[in-house]
Amino acid sequence: MEYKDYYKILGLERSVDQAEIKRAYRKLARKYHPDVSSEKDAEERFKEVNEAYEVLKDPEKRTAYDQLGSGFQSGQDFRPPPNWDQGFEFHGGGYTDTDSEAFSDFFESLFGRGGFNQGYGGRQRRQYSAQGENTYARIAIDLEDSYRGSSRQITLKHTVLGADGRPQLQERTLNVKIPKGITEGQQIRLAGQGEAGIGGGKAGDLYLEITFNPHRLYHTEGTTVYLDLPLAPWEMALGAKVQVPTPSGSLKVTIPANSDNGKKLRLKGRGIPAKQPGDMYIVLQTVTPKATTDTQREAYRQLSEAFDFNPRQSMGS
Amino acid sequence: MKVRKIEQVTGVLLDEESELSLSELCRACGVPAERILALVEEGVIEPRARKPRWRFSGICVGRVRRVYTLERDLGVNLAGAALALELLEEIERLQAQLARLEERRRR
Repeated sequence: MEYKDYYKILGLERSVDQAEIKRAYRKLARKYHPDVSSEKDAEERFKEVNEAYEVLKDPEKRTAYDQLGSGFQSGQDFRPPPNWDQGFEFHGGGYTDTDSEAFSDFFESLFGRGGFNQGYGGRQRRQYSAQGENTYARIAIDLEDSYRGSSRQITLKHTVLGADGRPQLQERTLNVKIPKGITEGQQIRLAGQGEAGIGGGKAGDLYLEITFNPHRLYHTEGTTVYLDLPLAPWEMALGAKVQVPTPSGSLKVTIPANSDNGKKLRLKGRGIPAKQPGDMYIVLQTVTPKATTDTQREAYRQLSEAFDFNPRQSMGS
Repeated sequence: MKVRKIEQVTGVLLDEESELSLSELCRACGVPAERILALVEEGVIEPRARKPRWRFSGICVGRVRRVYTLERDLGVNLAGAALALELLEEIERLQAQLARLEERRRR
């Protein structure tokens, strides 16, 4: 088991007062909250910070932890000294409603898990209800998965009650069907795949929130799909028939003459195939080629003569 | 850690079309009904129908969960969590837009 330096996790000296601990915790919680943070390892860090705070915010636990001394390095192999907590009495009720089951072995070896049901909030229900709790996870799929419908393998870590009545971590792999037409932010409910019930109680449900992986060509808003389509200036001016990719296969699309940059062409019903299928929009983007040969430079010169065009007219110059 | 064999599962899609009653929404989010009422009052979620009974769109589950975890984990009150949720959604929208503009500029 690895020693955890809870002070280091919160970025604190060992001598700080309780108010300082709370301040440090609040700041880090905001920084690493999985719903708020854009850091890669936010979830991991958030758990760590919570575990550290769980111990340090409680003067009893903090004193006991301090008893271990500061001679350990983070990550160093650790066994609690025998009777280390002698003389300390831990009062229940000090546990927050954070996902305490995610705390480390280190935490468990010091403070046990027995007190967890004495917390307030969600966990408390367990004492008089045998129904397992709902669990929530987020999965990223490709836009194409939503067009075709597909299935996705996910691995979940679950806490289950072992035969000896102690919670243990179990890994499960599920093959989840991704329904056709699903959009970002929607949830899939998997009945009975949440936490196991206690004493023969019903298991909770698992909720999967869908996000899309960034796509090279498309982006989505709800069921609407957008594609940026690059076009040459003469295609924009003269009109053209262009082969255009869509998630449901490529199409020939007519670009009307004298199209403006940024103009949107709608392909009805070519968006995400939900119950109310979305539309797809092609956003026209002019790309101007560089003149690198004499012929090309001559062609641009002829353009400038043919047009009485001032692109800066709106600037009043 | 034990690994069980892979299970095939099919879920129920909670989209804008699917509707949940108040009690279904409570169960889905793991929060008591008073919390949902407070969220409706705060304007975080809006029942699709109020009569004869409240019906919520499936999309509410995500919002309720997010507000709930923000309140619980960060010690903000409901109004603060609701504001954070709106700002987060706005940031997500802007980030997506920014990513697209940068992508466009690279081409």
